Amino acid sequence: MKKYVCGVCGYVYDPAEGDSEGNVAAGTPFEKLSADWSCPVCGAAKDEFSPE
Amino acid sequence: MNDIYSAIKVSENVYWVGAIDWTIRDFHGYTTPHGSTYNAYLVMADHITLIDTVKKPFMAEMMSRIRSVVDPSKIKYIVSNHSEMDHSGCLPETIDAIKPEKVFASAVGVKTLQELLHHRHEIIPVKDGEVLSLGNMDLTFMETRMIHWPDSMFSYLAKDELLFSQDAFGMHLATQERFADEIPAATLEYEGATYYANIVLPYSPIVLKALEKVVASGLKIKILAPDHGPVWRKDIGWIIDLYKKWATQKPTAKAVVVYATMWHSTEQMARAISEALSQAGIKVKLLSMNETHRSEVVYEVLDAGALIVGSPTLNNNILPQMADVMTYLKGLKPVNKIGAAFGSFGWSGESVKHLEAMLKEMKVELVAESVAVKNAPGQDVLEKCHDLGKKIAEELIKRV
Repeated sequence: MKKYVCGVCGYVYDPAEGDSEGNVAAGTPFEKLSADWSCPVCGAAKDEFSPE
Repeated sequence: MNDIYSAIKVSENVYWVGAIDWTIRDFHGYTTPHGSTYNAYLVMADHITLIDTVKKPFMAEMMSRIRSVVDPSKIKYIVSNHSEMDHSGCLPETIDAIKPEKVFASAVGVKTLQELLHHRHEIIPVKDGEVLSLGNMDLTFMETRMIHWPDSMFSYLAKDELLFSQDAFGMHLATQERFADEIPAATLEYEGATYYANIVLPYSPIVLKALEKVVASGLKIKILAPDHGPVWRKDIGWIIDLYKKWATQKPTAKAVVVYATMWHSTEQMARAISEALSQAGIKVKLLSMNETHRSEVVYEVLDAGALIVGSPTLNNNILPQMADVMTYLKGLKPVNKIGAAFGSFGWSGESVKHLEAMLKEMKVELVAESVAVKNAPGQDVLEKCHDLGKKIAEELIKRV
């Protein structure tokens, strides 16, 4: 599963870890994140992310 | 003892109670030749509220200014709009001195303040759009994440039509004057643009969205109160329009040639390139990193359409002065530039390749073939440099 990096602040979404603050379980691929999921660091929208 | 410092009234219910730092010259690599101010504000509502604090060594000055208006123990709330230490450094000591009922920050601010200051006070998180009643007036919070930290937020006092904008619309400028309209417009534009370029530039897409959000909300702003530099009470549209311009980064017919030199070979090349650009009607800034500070370079790059960089090869690499400015520029993410690289070398000559790679990483579009010369340039190489300048000028004119 691919990691995705936030184009605004540099946060990396790692599917192996998920996003505990956003209630995203470990093992969730980036593509499966809901459309309104946002960067836990800076709040950037999903479309600001690109593959690492 | 009588207090030395006094507060300045900025609107019907708000006083400036910050500090003037006449001698600061460095903000984490951004040089500030004209000092700065740390602006804190006192809202004289039923529930007296302090908005932000100041850098730690300036706490006494802030407290003195507060006392000129009110007994500090009467302050009920403190709001932290931005966690960076020039606005929060004395927050724990201020809380101890004032003993406010409640302290507020954005959710990220609560965490950041704890991680930075390791204090033992409770700070209450507030949400985007949340309204805090100060009794006879309201304070509304607006998250502005990444302008310019994740914790950043604005606070709006509808009663006075006053927006506390923390670092946005600010500048590093120490003056005794507290209002922008008391300072020449050219100074405000230069200092504001320098601040924008050195601090806010990477978050330009977010700035544009935030400006749209403010406009869409129909918020009336009579006073714009940032955390650095003067308070805006006239010409608010002027500074907001400048922010739009800086955030948009529309290229202009201006080129910045940045170089460092060992024995003036790369310098001669830089001068030939600049001369050609100028002859083609392009405004040129020629900046030698042997003499220029990186902060000045990014100010010049802000409205430029072309960035041309030069370095000789030193130990298979580029000169450290160029590595410095290229790293700084890359982090600040300027956009919409075209460019090229040039440089001299003694034997191996890797510098131009390194510079090209760095420009590509910065998404600068390379539109002319780089020029590299072994040892010093002769007439033929200087002509090649002149051609490079001409080519950049042609490409730039197409884009502006």
